[in-house]
Amino acid sequence: MTELNRVDLKAKDFQSDQEVRWCPGCGDYAILAGVQRALAKQGIPPHKVVTIAGIGCSSRFPYYMSTYGFHTIHGRAPAIASGLKIARPDLQVWVATGDGDSLSIGGNHFIHVLRRNVDLKILMFNNKIYGLTKGQFSPTSEFGKKTKSSPFGSVDHPFYPVQLAVGAEAAFVGRFIDVDAKVGGDVLAAAAAFKGTAFIEILQNCVIFNDGAWDDLAQKEFRADRTILLEHGKPMIYGQKRDKGIRLVGTRPEIFTIGENGLTEADAWVHDAHDTDPTRAFLLGRMEWPEFPSPMGVLRSNPRPVFDQLLCDQVTEIQKTKKADLQKLLDGRNSWVVGA
Amino acid sequence: MSDAPSSHDFGLSIKPVETLESVVIRFAGDSGDGIQLTGSQFTAASAAAGNDTATFPDYPAEIRAPVGTLAGVSGFQLHFSSKDILTPGDRADVLVVMNPAALAAHKKWLKPGGVLIANADSFTQKNLLMAGYAENPLESDALADYQLFKVDLSRLTGQALEGMGLSAKEIERCKNYFALGMVFWLFERNTDIIEDEINQKFASKPTMRDANHKVFQAGWNFGENTELFAIRYRVPAAQDIPPGRYRSVSGNEAVALGLVAASVQSGRQLFLGSYPITPATDILHSLATYKEFGVKTFQAEDEIAGICSAIGAAFGNALAITTTSGPGVALKTEAMGLAVMTELPLVIVNVQRGGPSTGLPTKTEQADLLQAIYGRNGESPMPVIAARSASDAFDSAFEACRIAIKYRTPVMLLTDGYIANGAEPWQIPRVDTLPTIDANLLTSVEQLGGEKLLPYLRDPTTLARPWIELGHPGLEHRIGGLEKWDKTGHIAYDPQNHHNMVKLRQAKVDAMVQEIPATNILGAESGELLVVTWGSPWGSARTAVRDLIDQGKSVSHVSLRWLNPLPPDLGDVLKRFGTILVPEINNGQLIKLLRDKYLIDCKGYNRIAGLPITVAEIKQAVLDHLPS
Repeated sequence: MTELNRVDLKAKDFQSDQEVRWCPGCGDYAILAGVQRALAKQGIPPHKVVTIAGIGCSSRFPYYMSTYGFHTIHGRAPAIASGLKIARPDLQVWVATGDGDSLSIGGNHFIHVLRRNVDLKILMFNNKIYGLTKGQFSPTSEFGKKTKSSPFGSVDHPFYPVQLAVGAEAAFVGRFIDVDAKVGGDVLAAAAAFKGTAFIEILQNCVIFNDGAWDDLAQKEFRADRTILLEHGKPMIYGQKRDKGIRLVGTRPEIFTIGENGLTEADAWVHDAHDTDPTRAFLLGRMEWPEFPSPMGVLRSNPRPVFDQLLCDQVTEIQKTKKADLQKLLDGRNSWVVGA
Repeated sequence: MSDAPSSHDFGLSIKPVETLESVVIRFAGDSGDGIQLTGSQFTAASAAAGNDTATFPDYPAEIRAPVGTLAGVSGFQLHFSSKDILTPGDRADVLVVMNPAALAAHKKWLKPGGVLIANADSFTQKNLLMAGYAENPLESDALADYQLFKVDLSRLTGQALEGMGLSAKEIERCKNYFALGMVFWLFERNTDIIEDEINQKFASKPTMRDANHKVFQAGWNFGENTELFAIRYRVPAAQDIPPGRYRSVSGNEAVALGLVAASVQSGRQLFLGSYPITPATDILHSLATYKEFGVKTFQAEDEIAGICSAIGAAFGNALAITTTSGPGVALKTEAMGLAVMTELPLVIVNVQRGGPSTGLPTKTEQADLLQAIYGRNGESPMPVIAARSASDAFDSAFEACRIAIKYRTPVMLLTDGYIANGAEPWQIPRVDTLPTIDANLLTSVEQLGGEKLLPYLRDPTTLARPWIELGHPGLEHRIGGLEKWDKTGHIAYDPQNHHNMVKLRQAKVDAMVQEIPATNILGAESGELLVVTWGSPWGSARTAVRDLIDQGKSVSHVSLRWLNPLPPDLGDVLKRFGTILVPEINNGQLIKLLRDKYLIDCKGYNRIAGLPITVAEIKQAVLDHLPS
């Protein structure tokens, strides 16, 4: 993408003139600011970026970005973004979506866009609740969740979004908590630089309908003990005192304390984000507090051929050898002349 | 006719020849018998011989229904003529049946006294039972009304291939070429075209290529040598066809070509987002091969993704298309509303089939008209145009693209299964005579002349908003499915603004009447009865009305391409006739629109059998409504 010349930009260059209308205290504000900072940092100007969203609170995102934007219909953003990216591979396309939008009504488009590996950045704001329809359980709500539509507790088993994404062949999977600007910035920068579908699950707090859903992880005092920041090539060590590790016993992850039972840092599972085998990424997708520290950072970054590029290359290749002659096409193989 | 040789390369026939004006021939057999191929090859040879042609493939939904059963019978009807013809013919003069089931299912299409050629070998006890025959009709007087020719197709095919080392199954698969060779002899068709076809089709399978050549020739020789056939038939080249270059085209092919032509003439890359569905899929197949024109085809995960990807591509300034049939349109409904709201160019092609639900996937119907015009939530007006024939589908597709681009609007193009799969000669347009389509993109901030960018500013004559090319500084804007402020396109919940925008979106569609030419009337400008059709009944209606005019009846015919909006002069035209008759393959849909719009009573002729309406049916309906 030679066209995308890097320029010096500030986060405010990505702010639109529209008043931001999320609820006060909503996690979306931090995500918006983080994305604007990340875009400024990568240096691609707003007119080369398109933001596309489905429906839901998260999907108001495009209105607040100074880029080209499209607020579409419920669940369909990946399909619309795919069409745009195929038609216009010169533009960088970001998709903003939520747990309901992408995993429920848009589940089909979600898995297929990951499978194809279209060059899109998908930000999935997971607040484990339907916010815009005022509080019903979502496909990521925990079993037994009491909501307006499940007054006696939900009997729906939830998705693990990372596992779903890995199962759908996601090439890039990132994860961060809305309030964690540092990790968020790094994950967004890595996603921006990735060629292919970059899926990011953002643990986002809905202050009105599911307040504190991620508090166990998000609160500063717990974060170091209950989450683990994954870094490629580094052993999985965590904890305020950096005294805990994750090791693999066969295909089972296990927590251990460094220095106990003869286990040292050298026994820890070394994170390989580029592993072509999805098995370990799948295991990471299942590791959740309280059984495990929840993994954050870049869980998977495994570049493979990009759909829109392949599709456009096929066209270019054929154009090299075959002339576009409309008259010849219309005439077809077997024509005949009447009269003279 | 210049390049239509009348001799053939198998030697001259010595049998007498009877000249006929027109012949309708129908082939019927198992869906694995190659009936569609046989029919289309005979069509190609007839067209090349200078006949006017029209075809009607009639095939089952199952790819390979159980062999020998009624459910598995596939048919192909061809009308070839020395006159200008518009339909595949109501009933056949010649019926070729490959097995008892084909006879049982298709005998009703053969005219009394017609020629019936039967593959006698297949009339075994087992096959007869499967077709519901207690005894062999070939051996009783059950077929006394027809000129029956019993031919041992399987045995003769086997004889022709003796010594080639083919399996029984492979030999069986060649027998359609024996039948084809025989009818080529019977109707004096030039065999070169089939020789070429066999060479191309079996290029990678030399054994089958040689086998089919042998069998085809054996079929031809059989015609010449057997005592069964005493005479051959000649249908001379048509003389009343306008001069020009022609080819055979099906409706689906014509749509694909029309879309590519519109892409070239507008300078917009063509994007197709589509999900396979009968009977529309061949448009996707065709467009997928036209990559040299920069065509990008996206086989989406479902119907919704098909249209949504197209909307995304339209936002990215491509000429965006989605193709489908009725059930697919139902799924695309919400996205169509998004295209209406965001005022992006988009063409939705609906190749109609029998409904509701899965309905009759391979059969034709016209029952999606009201769905096309009204089938969305909210006030969601959309222009709707319909093709009347396979060759007209080219012009209709081109027109749909032109309107979509000019007015920044989704356009619904209606064809149907009959148009899609039926083939007819098409006078190929010269590319230098095709109109150009001005996409009129907004591509730079300088074009604004210092004014603020207003994504919903209106062109005064078309009421179209600007189509803003993405990727330029200063033109960044946001669109979406929420109600828009007029001009700015910002989100708006204002009551009066919503009222205005609803009216504005309707006014934009209403303004398209300026695109519609004066209504063309076949027959007198006023009279006792006017037949009004849309879509595929055009051919039957035209033929019926022409004949009735010749008989001195006061009848005229109008065919509508534009269904929303309706032609501005249509109300005046309707008022000049005593009776309005509206034949449709639905339960009465255009008739509702006409009554609603013009407060004129109309009479319907509605036969919803998954089949084209015949000439005879329309004639009878006209006579029923004419004052005696």
